[in-house]
This record gives sequence, C-alpha cells and structure tokens, in this order.
Amino acid sequence: MSYDVIIGLEVHVQLQTQTKIFCGCSTAFNPDQPNVQTCPVCLGLPGALPVLNGKAFWLAVKTALALNCEIAPFTKWDRKQYFYPDLPKGYQISQYDLPFSHDGHVDVVTESGGERHVRILRAHLEEDAGKNLHDESGRGRDSQVDLNRAGTPLVEIVTEPDMRTAEEARRFLEELRLLLTYLEVSDCNMQEGSLRCDANVNLHVHQPDGGKVATPIVEVKNLNSFRFTEQAILHEVERQWEEFQRTGKTIKDAPKSTRGFDPGRGVTYPMREKEEAADYRYFPDPDLVPVTVTPADVARVRAEMCETPISRRQRFQTDYQLSAYDAAVLVDQGREVAEYFETVARAAGDGKQAANWITQDVLRELNDRQLTIATFPIPAPVLADLLGRVHRKELTLKSAREVFAALLESGEPANIEQIGQVIAEKGLAIVQDAGAIDAAIAQVIAANPKPVADFKSGKAQAAGALIGQVMKLVKGADPQGVRERLLEQLKSLP
Amino acid sequence: MSSAGRTASQTIAAFRTGETNARDLAEQTLAAITARDGAIGAFLHVDREDASQQAERLDERRRSGQSLGLLAGLPVAIKDVLCTRGQPTTCGSRMLKDFKPPYDAHVIERLRAADALLIGRTNLDEFAMGSSSENSAFQQTKNPWDATRTPGGSSSGSAACVAARMTPVSLGSDTGGSIRQPAGLCGIMGLKPTYGRVSRYGLVAYASSLDQIGPFATDVAGAALLLEAISGHDPRDSTSVNRPVPAYSQSVDQPLAGLKIGVPREHFAEGLEPEVASVVRGALDVYKSLGAELRDVDLPHSKYSIAAYYLIAPSEASSNLSRYDGIHYGHRTEAFKSMAELYAGSRGEGFGPEVKRRIMLGTYALSAGYYDQYYVKALKVRRLIRQDFDNAFADVDIIAGPVTPTPAFKLGELVDDPLAMYLSDIYTISANLAGIPGASIPCGFSKTGLPIGLQLQAPPFEEERLLRAARMFERATDWHLQTPPLS
Ligand SMILES: [Zn+2]
Repeated sequence: MSYDVIIGLEVHVQLQTQTKIFCGCSTAFNPDQPNVQTCPVCLGLPGALPVLNGKAFWLAVKTALALNCEIAPFTKWDRKQYFYPDLPKGYQISQYDLPFSHDGHVDVVTESGGERHVRILRAHLEEDAGKNLHDESGRGRDSQVDLNRAGTPLVEIVTEPDMRTAEEARRFLEELRLLLTYLEVSDCNMQEGSLRCDANVNLHVHQPDGGKVATPIVEVKNLNSFRFTEQAILHEVERQWEEFQRTGKTIKDAPKSTRGFDPGRGVTYPMREKEEAADYRYFPDPDLVPVTVTPADVARVRAEMCETPISRRQRFQTDYQLSAYDAAVLVDQGREVAEYFETVARAAGDGKQAANWITQDVLRELNDRQLTIATFPIPAPVLADLLGRVHRKELTLKSAREVFAALLESGEPANIEQIGQVIAEKGLAIVQDAGAIDAAIAQVIAANPKPVADFKSGKAQAAGALIGQVMKLVKGADPQGVRERLLEQLKSLP
Repeated sequence: MSSAGRTASQTIAAFRTGETNARDLAEQTLAAITARDGAIGAFLHVDREDASQQAERLDERRRSGQSLGLLAGLPVAIKDVLCTRGQPTTCGSRMLKDFKPPYDAHVIERLRAADALLIGRTNLDEFAMGSSSENSAFQQTKNPWDATRTPGGSSSGSAACVAARMTPVSLGSDTGGSIRQPAGLCGIMGLKPTYGRVSRYGLVAYASSLDQIGPFATDVAGAALLLEAISGHDPRDSTSVNRPVPAYSQSVDQPLAGLKIGVPREHFAEGLEPEVASVVRGALDVYKSLGAELRDVDLPHSKYSIAAYYLIAPSEASSNLSRYDGIHYGHRTEAFKSMAELYAGSRGEGFGPEVKRRIMLGTYALSAGYYDQYYVKALKVRRLIRQDFDNAFADVDIIAGPVTPTPAFKLGELVDDPLAMYLSDIYTISANLAGIPGASIPCGFSKTGLPIGLQLQAPPFEEERLLRAARMFERATDWHLQTPPLS
C-alpha cells in the first residue's frame, strides 16, 4: 500500500500597522512591560466601542491582492465567541461568512525545481488576542494576562489542501514571507509571532481496489518556524501511517483532532480537547458597520503595490540574462538585496557580473560578518564602480577582488574615491603600455629557452609559465592581453 | 424659586442672568435629593463633593467672563449605565458593584462641555434589562405618583428623579422602550432619538443595535436642550451618524401647520386597557382641535415585534455581557478550582435572574443549528417592521398612540411573570427595531391618579418634528405641570 500526503495551512500574519485594528494603541512588540499598550477599547471595558483602522484594512487588501485573491465588494465583521482569559471581550472580532477576500493562489518552486500551485481559499481580517503568562516556578498558582497584543491586526490566510510534502509546505511559507515582506505588509518576524501557522495533515491511502481511504485530519497548532512546520508534518505523516496500519482508523471514525508540536523531541502530541465541538455562535458585530470596496479602491491599492518576487525573478532573467537559479537566489534574499543587485547591475552595465559578485562574494561576506545588506560597508554605487572598471577592462577580476577586500577591511562605509586610492596604492591599474609588455615578453623568452622550445614542439601548456613570469614583471597587466601578445611573439620565433 | 421647581430652561436662564449661581443650584438639587430620595430610591450614588466642585468651577468660569455652554448650571442626573470617569458605574449589577471607569462616555463629555452639573447616578434594571426597576441588584425605585407602584424601567431612577422634581432633566437609555415607558408611567417627557443620532461610546451595551441614549425632562424644551447637547457625530462609534444637529432648543416652540398624524390600528387593539385608550384618544382630539389631521395607518408586522426583540436583544446581550467573566475586573467568585469554575462562579454570583434569563435565551438563539431559525428570521422581521414605518410615514408626519397598555403596575405584581412584564414594552419596541425616534409625553391620568403617556414617533432624524409636535400638545394642555405627591 502507498499513500498521498494531504496538507493545508492556516497562516496568521500580523500586519505592519502603527496602531491596532480597532483602536489607536501602539502595536509595537513589547514583551517586557505588560498592559502598557492598552485602552478601554482593546481592554474590552464596558461601553468601549471598536472603530476600524482604515490603514489595516487597506494593508489587508494589498496582502490579498498579492495572493491573487478576489476582493469582496461588501464585507462585514462577526463576533467569534468563546471564553478565554486572554480574550478580554469574551469574543474575537473576526470575519465569518463574508471575508474581505477569497479564491487566490501562490505558486511555489520546490528545491528539486518542481512547481506547486497552492490555492488560497480565503484571507480574512481579525484581531489578535492577548497572552496568558503562567507562573512556571511550580510554587505560585497565579496566572497573569498581558493584553499589549490584544487587537493587533491579523490576516488569516487559509489554503486549500494542495500541498503534498512537508518541503512544499515549508516552501509555501517561505514564499509567503518573502511576498509579504517585499510588499511591506508584514515584517513576518516569527520570533515575535508576526507569522504563525497551523498545519492540517492527513493521508490518502491507496487501496488494492484502486480506491483511496483518508486518515483522520490532524491540525498541528501554533507552529512558529519554517523548520518546525516541516518537522511537525514529517512526524505527523509517519505517525498517521503507523497508526493507520495499526488501527485502520479513517476520517469516518474521527474527522479531526488537534495536536501540538514539541520541537525538543521532534514529535507531535495530543492537545486537550473539549468534550463537544466548539460552538462559536458567530453573528454580525452590531458595533461595526460593514465595509464596501469599490473597483476604484482595488485599483488604487493595486497601483501602490510594488513588483512581487515572482515577477521580479522573471524580469531579472530577461533584463539581465541571469539563470533562473541566480535570479531566485537574488530575489529570495529579500527586497533590499534584490534592489542592491539591480543598482549594481544597471550602473556597472553588466548584470551577469553583478549577479556573480553578489551571489558569491557579497553574500559570503554578509554571512561571515553577520551583516545585513543595509549595514554592508560597500554600498551599491561603490560596487557598481568597481565592476564597471572590470567591465571596461581597466581592472582585472583578480585586482577587483583585492580592492573589494581592502574596502571591507577598513570597516567604514566605502566611497568611490577609495577605489582609486586602493588601485593606486597597490599598483593594480592595468598597464596599457604595449612597449613595456613587449619588453618584458622579450626578456622572459630570452631567459627561458626550455619552455620556449617545449611550446614550439607543440606543448601549448608551456605558455602558462611564461605568462606568469611576464605578469610578475609588469604589475597590473591584463593577462588576456599578455597571453595574446606572448603567443604572437612565440609563433613568430623561428 | 428653588432649582427643584424650575424647568431646564428656567434654571439655565436663572444662572445666565445671575439670579442664582451654580453653587446654589447644586445645593438646592442636593437638598431636594436628601429630602425626597429616601421615599423614591432614584439615586444609586451622589458624590456631593464632586457636584460642589463642578459648581464652583462653573461659577469661577462665569466670574472670569468665559463663554458658557448650552446647559450652563443645569443639574443632570445620569442613568448608571453611562461611564463617568472615577465615578461608580454599576449598571445596577453586583457584577460591577465596585467598577469605576477610567474614561467618560461621549455624552458625559458633551454634558461637561455644555457646562451641565453632573449630579448623580440613577437606579436601573440590571444592565438595562427590565421594565420595573425590580431587576436592580441594589434597590427598588418607586413611582413618585404612588410609592407602591413601579416607575417603569429600565431607566427607572432617571425617570423618577425628574418626575419627583429632584432634577429638571436626566439621561436614560432606551433599548426597547426604557426611556418612553418609564416617562409614560411617571408623567414626564422622555425621548429616544434615532439610532446613530447620539454616540453610544461609553454606554454600557445591552443590545448594541437597539440601544440609544436620550433625555428625560419635566417639559419638552428641557428635552430639546439636552438632546441638542448630546447629539452629533463621534468618530469613536462607527454607528454614530455624521449629520448636522439642528438647534432643537431654538425651533421647539414653532407649531407644525398641517400636521398629519397617523394612528396605528394595531396600537388600539386587544391588550390596551380601556382607560388608557380613552385618555390617548382624548389626546388625539387635542391635536385635532389644534388643526392636525388624524389618519389611520397600518403597522401589520408590529404583532411580531416582541418576538423579534426577544431574539435580537438577548442575542446581542449574551455576547456583550461575555466580558463580565471575573478575569479582568468586576465581581470574581472566591471559590474556584478551575478556569471553568471561575467563569461559572463569577457570572453565577454576579448576574441577577433576568440577566441570566436573557443571556441563556441569546446563547440558545445564536447556537449552531438554531441561528437561521431564530436570529436570522428575527432580522428579517426587523426589516419588515422598518418597512411598515417607511410606508406609514409616506402618508403621515407623525405616528401617535399609547406608550404602555396600562398605567404603572404595582411593584411585585409581575415579578414572577416575565412574559407579562415584557408586554409593557409592546408599543415602544418597534421604534428600536426600526431605529426611528420616539417620545413619550404626559397626556392625562387614570381614575386612580396615575399618569398616562402619549407616544409620538417620527421618521429617522426627524427629532425636530417630534419635539415641535410634542410642544404643540404641551402648550395646549397642562398635564406636564402636574406634580406628583412625592415631590
Ligand atoms: Zn487600545
């Protein structure tokens, strides 16, 4: 027997607004001072009323457009009701039957180069809850509630169960993060909970008669890293397969259950479940008026959108003749690296060269020195100037690397004048003086009768040693030019 | 003349002309409360020191020649369901016995800006649920016309304190009739504005889509003044409507020529006490004598209004009251072993029986499997009720009829019969479902000397028309000048 893995994700993304979704409180991440970013509205005090933050709404529309979703012309707010200490009103303001967007998709390229089309069922807006802080010393029994986060705007993105491997799920999340950070709708900081994921997993087991049987769906809650998501799914697949073989239980026996993930042990574990299915008693929030969105509104948001990573990857291939791989490496580093590349490529007049340098030299240095592109000491115009010199054959590639290293060593932000200074100090300028090169060639030929004779007898590689000697004599000579002249002169020897 | 006998306009005029000062006005009001409220039980809380300080600041402002607000010097009593910074806001519930909001409701800000004197907090049925004051966790308010009878509810204290001439005006809230019904039973003017006319920010919610704050007054001009002060757009309430506020206090005295009054057949049908019917008919005759034309109108869906109301209001209430869970503020039970016990214990001890009854009704109506059958159907009925009014108002300017089917009933009489109690709002509820403004004005007395009210209703945002129509009647009669024995 074999099986297919069926994975759907529910992703919560915190929108990058200054203020909360229904009040004016700050959304800054503040783990140290509880309950300082609160007001009567987000505390749910008697008499307080929510008012929609327009910025949050349009940021959410932008998010949905990036996910290729349809935007609903009419959307309303519903209350999702349950009791929990971090939920100050006893209900969460969310969207139930009329979400502001639906039916989108994201295309994900896997590491093997395959592509997966993941459909988005809906994206809706809701407010975040607060946070319960439990005394973990084991002594006290006090639990405390921090409502700084309560009312932070979240977009919940629900996919169709279109992913088939844990890697595809991870790649979907990576693509999503890249997309949303490009658009600056979210910082997607997983440590601070700006991007959280629940994974729905089950197996479709192939039967000898050609049919399929589904195992019960498991929702793994609150996955807060890409790696954990992948690990949790891998474990869940193994566990479900083992359980199915042992018990034969299918989705008809138990439609759905909820599990947590223990990253320390790499396993999922059952979460306490209510006896009865939750009844959230959704109904339209009478405190909030519905929102209508016109085609002109959608056009306005669309006009404000920057290029998405997907179209940028394609454009880099056509505009700069990059390979799909190089284009992806540059774009996947985030918007700032991609923009750094584009500045360098344009100014140096050589996209391929710029891509090589950035994907290799620059990324290596960023990694070694624990820098971001914003703190990298060689700004794009400086690297562009350096590569321009190579492109115009004023500098050898090797010399350019020496200049690059020297600029980095100073530790200070480099400027264009420094390139000239380093070239002058180290004597790296390509010697254009044909006379000096010819004289050196003559000198080397005279001093090396054995390699010269070897060359004349057909051993082409003997020229290499001679070129090296000429280069030593004429610092800054262009090796290609030296090679050409040397071969010419060797051939003209009797 | 003591402030206690003056109307709102007379009080403001006395202060403006310097005939009296705010300190005397505050003291006379406090003295009237001291003298009369023992028998009435209208007030839950009077902060004498705070009232005196407000008065002193106001006198100081007048001395220094600063401009004075619309309500300068006017003592106003506040239903204890409107948040006032630093003052107890109990909602008549054990749940909020010790709650002091850190902020002012929008209407409180408006009253302060208009230089009114906030004089105290008045009793109500718990969380504004009830029609008799008997659901208050703290005390029963008595009808100033007969202390064995109810003043009506839920704005019981606000109605009774004005009827007993302790303050010339007060604020109440009306979800299904909670201003008009007690105004009718206490023989004073009460007005529920159009939904959205007055911001609900800071009004502790009972049923958000029905609640509206409004004035009580001894005369129509007082209600016009108070309404003018509290109306207007508030960006903190997204259901608050951004429309200009007419100067109600300026136009109220202009009679309406060619007034067409609709008389709904359904409001004179079975259930209406003959005595009330004849007094209300008499009031309609007064209008006729003033040149108004009476026309029969139909409100065919009004028979469903009680049913629709008791699905929509409890549904919203069950949700709005979820926040009282013993976690963040308010009453918390002492004995609990688990989170579920903390919730159940705190809510079980904190809420009274009527609140629990409505929470359970609402929870049931919203639960999966019943939602379409109850809640959604009630919303459909609500739309039909609104349509009935739209159709009727195509023909007439004002709709007039009884406020309640009976005069004030005896305290304790209906306590064990919630359905009979619910029927006392039968003529008022549909205005809340439709969102239209409605008023109650005194129009006569029963044989036993209990006041009977006339309800006037107008199309949305036609409060000006409503007030002018009410004033026409008031000018022609003297019912509003009758004062109860306990005043
Ligand atoms: Zn807030």
